Amino acid sequence: MLEAVVFYILAAALLGFGLLVITRTNPIASALSMVGAFGALAALYALLQATLIAIIQILVYAGGIMVLVIFVIMLLNLHEEDLKPMKARAGTVLLSLLAVFGLVLGPVFLAVFPKGNWKWAALTNDFGSIFTVGEKVFSDYLFPFEMLSLLLLAAIVGALVLSKRKL
Amino acid sequence: MELFYPVTPTHYLVLSACLFGIGVAGVLSRRNIFISLMSLELMLNAVNLTFVTFSRINGDLTGHVIVLFVVAVAAAEACVGLAIVIALFRLKETVDLDLFKSLKG
Repeated sequence: MLEAVVFYILAAALLGFGLLVITRTNPIASALSMVGAFGALAALYALLQATLIAIIQILVYAGGIMVLVIFVIMLLNLHEEDLKPMKARAGTVLLSLLAVFGLVLGPVFLAVFPKGNWKWAALTNDFGSIFTVGEKVFSDYLFPFEMLSLLLLAAIVGALVLSKRKL
Repeated sequence: MELFYPVTPTHYLVLSACLFGIGVAGVLSRRNIFISLMSLELMLNAVNLTFVTFSRINGDLTGHVIVLFVVAVAAAEACVGLAIVIALFRLKETVDLDLFKSLKG
């Protein structure tokens, strides 16, 4: 019972913050709502016994990526009058929400729901801990993991080249 | 009551689909480039939630590993995307997506 209560509170927070992200005029307000959404998501991961993922979500997303986004928003120093023309129009947002949910997700829910009888697997206590996930990463997925470091290096160099005034 | 309790995998999957839908609606309806980028991140996170849920359903950690990779790729994407935003802002002095139409035929 307690798990269900926590789940519904977190789900409402997640969707509420998500809606705030796409409706605010000021990008800073959107970014802070995004941090709230990531917090709710991390709690949901913890509820799913994904401890490592929950920690990574807070550290990398809320702590790293969102700080970068907020930093760039503040760097560009946009004023109220610059943001006015990009205000969210209630009609457009509602129309796109209705289109996405009515035309795409609604039919999918109706098709999947009656057949969706997935059950939770019985888990050991250390499922999703740093030790077990790390073991998997460094045995079965070692090569993709190493490729990831190359990708991050390429991203660093690319970001520097793109944002430098003169090379 | 059976629709809401107990919490089954389907609840998590529907929740992540709804989050994905919100992200798509954000990309479709907003003109501010920052909010479009953040909606993109919302979609990535919705997919991560699906991965973790299926991992929990199957009792298999592969989904967790893929989520770690997705987070790393999202970090790379955010860093390059924001660099592009800065370069575009230098060129046009705006972050309005509707004004970036030089490639339109």
